[in-house]
Amino acid sequence: MQSYSVLVVAAILFVLGLLGVLTRRNIIFILISIEIMLNAAGVAFVAAGARWGQPDGQVMFLFILAMAASEVSVGLALVMQVYHQHKTLDVSKLNNLKDDIEV
Amino acid sequence: MNYLFYISSIVAIAATVMVITRHQPVHALLYLVVSFLGVAMIFLSLGAPFVATLEIILYAGAIIVLFIFVVMMLNLGRESAIQERQWMQPKTWIGPSILTAILLGELLVLLTMGGSAPMPQQTVDLKKIPLSLYGEYVIAVELTGFLLMAGIVGAAHIGRHKKKYLHRFLKQEEEAV
Repeated sequence: MQSYSVLVVAAILFVLGLLGVLTRRNIIFILISIEIMLNAAGVAFVAAGARWGQPDGQVMFLFILAMAASEVSVGLALVMQVYHQHKTLDVSKLNNLKDDIEV
Repeated sequence: MNYLFYISSIVAIAATVMVITRHQPVHALLYLVVSFLGVAMIFLSLGAPFVATLEIILYAGAIIVLFIFVVMMLNLGRESAIQERQWMQPKTWIGPSILTAILLGELLVLLTMGGSAPMPQQTVDLKKIPLSLYGEYVIAVELTGFLLMAGIVGAAHIGRHKKKYLHRFLKQEEEAV
């Protein structure tokens, strides 16, 4: 097994998550895709750590895990609040900050 | 170990493709569990059993449960699946797919162009991880504690509902009046 094969898998997973963020309009699917991207970054870290036989990659994965957990808790709280205020999960409906003035 | 890696990476990639193309949120979450389990098998084949265990416990356990609770509380069922089907027209996903395919091609060229080295087939000693975590990375551990604290406080503050009625008897009195 060569070292780039793991990185190729991580790149494919990251690009799939990016595609999900770009194409979906539901906020929950966007959050899921962000989780996929974070997971792919973690795969790359662990692969790099395993390549050199050092524990630093796994330590970085722990930090990514804590960051993903706090991100998803705040994000899902925002989803709940958006749904209670707007009764929709469509991100293109959330345009209250858009300027209405025609120039 | 090589076959373990290839099979589990194929499973993880196929499950991830299914995640980003499903219409029902619950189906996407179930495929996401399969994807996380596949990634955990990749970690196991890379010689990182501690990280594979954490992946299963925290990603496939805790984070998925959070998503499932939100899907349950928002009652996302057939209507949202129909809505998703209307949103997922080919004209919405073809453009981003081409752009991300170009990005993936560039990444693959860059990754395979560099020198390749065989992956060592040994497990990183489990004792070295906490020694490194609480040794040279101890400031990062404290910052992670700050981040988790801020996450808890932020989620509790944002997710709080303003009560419309102080008490259920007051609500009945208002309705009676």
